[in-house]
Amino acid sequence: MIFPKLKVLRSHGTQYIPDLERVELTEEFRGRPELTETGDRGDLERAARRCPAGALSAAPFALDLGRCMFCGECARMAPRNIRFTNDYRIGSPTREGLVLRPGDTRVAFPEEAVRPEVRRFFGRALQLREVCAGGDASVEMELGATGNVNFDFGRFGVGFTASPRHADGVVVSGPVTRNMAEALEICYDAVPDPRILVACGTEACSGGLYAESRAVDRTFFDRHTPDLWLPGVPTHPMTFIDGMMTLLGRKRRP
Amino acid sequence: MIYRITNNTAPAVALDDIPVVSYAAFYDDLAARLRDERYHVAHYFALPDEAETHLRFFCLLLDDATAEVLLTSFVMDYYAECPLPSLTALHPQLHPFEREIAERWGVRFEGMPWPKPLRFPCDRADRTSTIDNYPFYRMEGRALHEVNVGPIHAGIIEPGAFRFICNGENVLHLEIALGYQHRGTERLMTATDNRLRQVLLAESAAGDSSVAHATAFAEAVEKLTDGAAAAAALAPERAVAIELERMAMQIADTGALCMDTGYQLGQVACEALRTMTINTTQAWGGNRFGKGLIRPAGTDHPLTAEKAAMIRGNAAEIARRYAEVCHDLRTSPSLLARFEQCGIVPRTEMVRIGGVGQAARASGVARDIRTTHPWGLYAGQPGRETITEEEGDVMARLSVRCRETAQAAALIDRLLDGFAPAAPVRPDYDAPLRPASLAFGLVEGWRGETCHVAVTDSAGRIAAYRIKDPSLHNWMALALAVRGEGISDFPICNKSFNLSYCGHDL
Repeated sequence: MIFPKLKVLRSHGTQYIPDLERVELTEEFRGRPELTETGDRGDLERAARRCPAGALSAAPFALDLGRCMFCGECARMAPRNIRFTNDYRIGSPTREGLVLRPGDTRVAFPEEAVRPEVRRFFGRALQLREVCAGGDASVEMELGATGNVNFDFGRFGVGFTASPRHADGVVVSGPVTRNMAEALEICYDAVPDPRILVACGTEACSGGLYAESRAVDRTFFDRHTPDLWLPGVPTHPMTFIDGMMTLLGRKRRP
Repeated sequence: MIYRITNNTAPAVALDDIPVVSYAAFYDDLAARLRDERYHVAHYFALPDEAETHLRFFCLLLDDATAEVLLTSFVMDYYAECPLPSLTALHPQLHPFEREIAERWGVRFEGMPWPKPLRFPCDRADRTSTIDNYPFYRMEGRALHEVNVGPIHAGIIEPGAFRFICNGENVLHLEIALGYQHRGTERLMTATDNRLRQVLLAESAAGDSSVAHATAFAEAVEKLTDGAAAAAALAPERAVAIELERMAMQIADTGALCMDTGYQLGQVACEALRTMTINTTQAWGGNRFGKGLIRPAGTDHPLTAEKAAMIRGNAAEIARRYAEVCHDLRTSPSLLARFEQCGIVPRTEMVRIGGVGQAARASGVARDIRTTHPWGLYAGQPGRETITEEEGDVMARLSVRCRETAQAAALIDRLLDGFAPAAPVRPDYDAPLRPASLAFGLVEGWRGETCHVAVTDSAGRIAAYRIKDPSLHNWMALALAVRGEGISDFPICNKSFNLSYCGHDL
């Protein structure tokens, strides 16, 4: 009975990533795009028409990561203008910060955009309640993965909890369906102040593919402004970890 | 002849070639045929005609014995008042389809034993029916109490409402009310001509089955664009993609079952193995869930010899280590005590409710599209083993996962042994679609049969797009599984199915 377990342990080895700051994702990963002006708008205009979520604008040339599906089609159609890097540090404390323009070499994380109470109260321990409001299960699985044996985000005192009464904030995934709008509001209302709000995934940031759907009700975000906006389809665990750590002041975006 | 007979590899069928019969003829024939287990309905829905005076109902019937797909239709005056006699009254497996038709169009099915809302879509006929007033079954009695779980659940998971009626710890009845994840996918599909946007909508129908849903979309579109040749060249890569997705989710579910029994070694071992599997998918196509891998008539991530070797090596290592985990789970008395004889769905019940996929196979129902109605690569693989178990309990559903992961890894190994990359073909988002036609994509995702039906209008636009995720059938199996169990066994019963909420709600 014990030998099968020893075999599993031996094959398992050491799994936790010792230094999360040094994680590099595969070259294939489509993270932060870099935009380059070439003076020729032709390719860009075609790419903007093809963009499945209206994230790309040719004039003025800008790519809104809050709407981006990271499908990479614009980079294939306008390779001299758009190139996706494998940089996963794409979380922003503001919605406007997700709009990238030519010359941007990073997604900015201005310190002044972070409410001081976030750092004062939650810098060392943070419990979050996740609310899936139309998410397609991929964002939710990646959020669950942040606490797994590889990423082990719990080592920084951040975890997910079942009750909003025990939580310091809410992480929303999905575009917010009409059928979940009330439940989301009730859950957020049950979190005691001070509290934080995180929009996780492109759908949460903008509605994504569902932005114009009649089945979606995003008025929750008219009433409550997220402290952290995390693009991604789905948001990679490293994007979440990097975004949270920067929000909490445990690291700085260079 | 009531049916137009086709199969899973034939091109699209002209709408005029699908017989229009009377409801009486449809009812009599389906009522008789469904008594034989070899038949089950893959999809059944209604569409308004272009003038919006009539509803045309389409039914796709699968014959497991002959690999045939039988298509038929009947027409109803849009404003007709008289109800249709319910087929669900004879064959409960049709309940999700009749409920959907009733909810969407206001059609009444007389004698329907379960006339409950299905998903509260934004375009439902009865707007007074809202997700707040779902008519849960109630029992009166002082010995009984109700436990309400949801819509928000304890873990990081999709929302749904579960209403238990309990006698002490014992569950007498569980009712599952869904619709919280309804995003309006099918309407968005037809509101655009941007085929890239459409394939992304398909990928997100259920994000943990992106490859399966995108493949079903690609298959349907390719049947409408005579893209069969392109699809054939992509068959091995698409099979590798769908089997990698299968492996990732079987391993994830195994870990989740360990987590819910407090068995941390199994949980973390599976977490690590799942990471390795989805990182393999990410190294291939840039996304851990395979989003971007499947496109109509082409690929953006052609398999190179290097990637093929990497995938083959990783899959073998993952399968080797996962087999060690499975052996450990099977020989741990503490786990067997939880899993065995828990959450049984008897074979007869599974057939009665129209269960599909791996949950059905765990109850001894040999339904697997890769075997019965093969497409793509599977069409060239006769004699494929359909993995089944007999007990229908949590242990059986775990065993199916263990064995299917091994089978998936073996297939990946065979396909990628000496893999010779084909000349890459870019996806085609602009090929014109055959007008006034119907095409379907029917694939076996990791949960089960996934069916997308596209209907084009006279201008060659997709006028209707109907998605069937296997969870549509299998949620009822979960409701049956917990009857008679202690409520504290609900989590492992739920995790042993791991059904999709968003796939059900669209």
